[in-house]
Amino acid sequence: MSVGLRRGLRLLLAMLLLAPAVVRAQDRAPPPDPAHLTADEQQRYDSLIHELRCLVCQNETIGDSQAPLAADLRNQVHAQLAAGRSDVEIKRYLTDRYGDFVLYRPPFKAKTWLLWAGPFLVLLIALVVALRYARARRHHETPVLVDNEALLRLIGSERQSESEDRPQGPPA
Amino acid sequence: MRLRYLLPAAALVGLVVLFAAGLHHDPHEVPSPLIGKPAPAFSLGLLGEPAKRYTADDLKGRPVLVNFFASWCAACEVEQDYLMQLAAQGVEIVGVDYKDSDEDASRWLARHGNPYRSVITDPQGAAGLDWGVYGAPETFVLNAAGTIVYKQIGPLDDAVWRTRIAPLMERGS
Repeated sequence: MSVGLRRGLRLLLAMLLLAPAVVRAQDRAPPPDPAHLTADEQQRYDSLIHELRCLVCQNETIGDSQAPLAADLRNQVHAQLAAGRSDVEIKRYLTDRYGDFVLYRPPFKAKTWLLWAGPFLVLLIALVVALRYARARRHHETPVLVDNEALLRLIGSERQSESEDRPQGPPA
Repeated sequence: MRLRYLLPAAALVGLVVLFAAGLHHDPHEVPSPLIGKPAPAFSLGLLGEPAKRYTADDLKGRPVLVNFFASWCAACEVEQDYLMQLAAQGVEIVGVDYKDSDEDASRWLARHGNPYRSVITDPQGAAGLDWGVYGAPETFVLNAAGTIVYKQIGPLDDAVWRTRIAPLMERGS
């Protein structure tokens, strides 16, 4: 057996041993819902399940997740659509039980305003700071980086001393 | 101007505090919207007595812990010892056997101990859905009026009991 293969197997074994401790246990998936949806309902079903969060594997929608809870929630959405409930009613059914966290796009309200407005607030603050900075710079007189007169004087004296140093013909 | 240096420094300190607090926050603990609301209605059979119905009304009249557990749940085994201790102290715990079979649950309780005054069976997870359960174990603390006052996600232990639940139970009784 190669070293890589053995290492891989050992890692797999460790993962299998740790899995029950790390993952909160879940049951097998329940049977699929037999109720039939119309084309329109099917479309709403597809968009709904991709807007709802699976609470077990939190970075997945219930449409993407393999977790049994996600299957339960999909069945619930399916059954409620078949029963003629609106999207708003279905979302409310879920937020009443699991809170706004179940929505990938939480509503704008007292508890979530900072979540929605935060980035724009930060942008606003940055703009104000940048504007004030720019204005402060414009009002400042541009500092003199090079004193031209002094430079010319320096060059002049350099030249002079150079010409003095240069070997000259013997004095007449 | 001092403010030019103080403001960014203050902002940095603020961010550090925010992030430090965030490190102690477990994103898997989703706050339940049911806190402060009456326990959701249900009518389910009892383990060993499937003909009997147990409803949310049966939970009223005294403080009760409602513990969602299952034989397939590894973390529940960890919790069971502590629940046995609580039951021995006279705390009433009602178990909800969540998405499980009666045979598996009976065998599991025989092996790990049965701290429950009653065990409600919820084989489809219907009550679990109404109670906003998304894993096991989860434990709800109900006051005498049948209102949910606290929800514990994951195993219950002595620290949680002393700091969070015991004060609520005293107030509720």
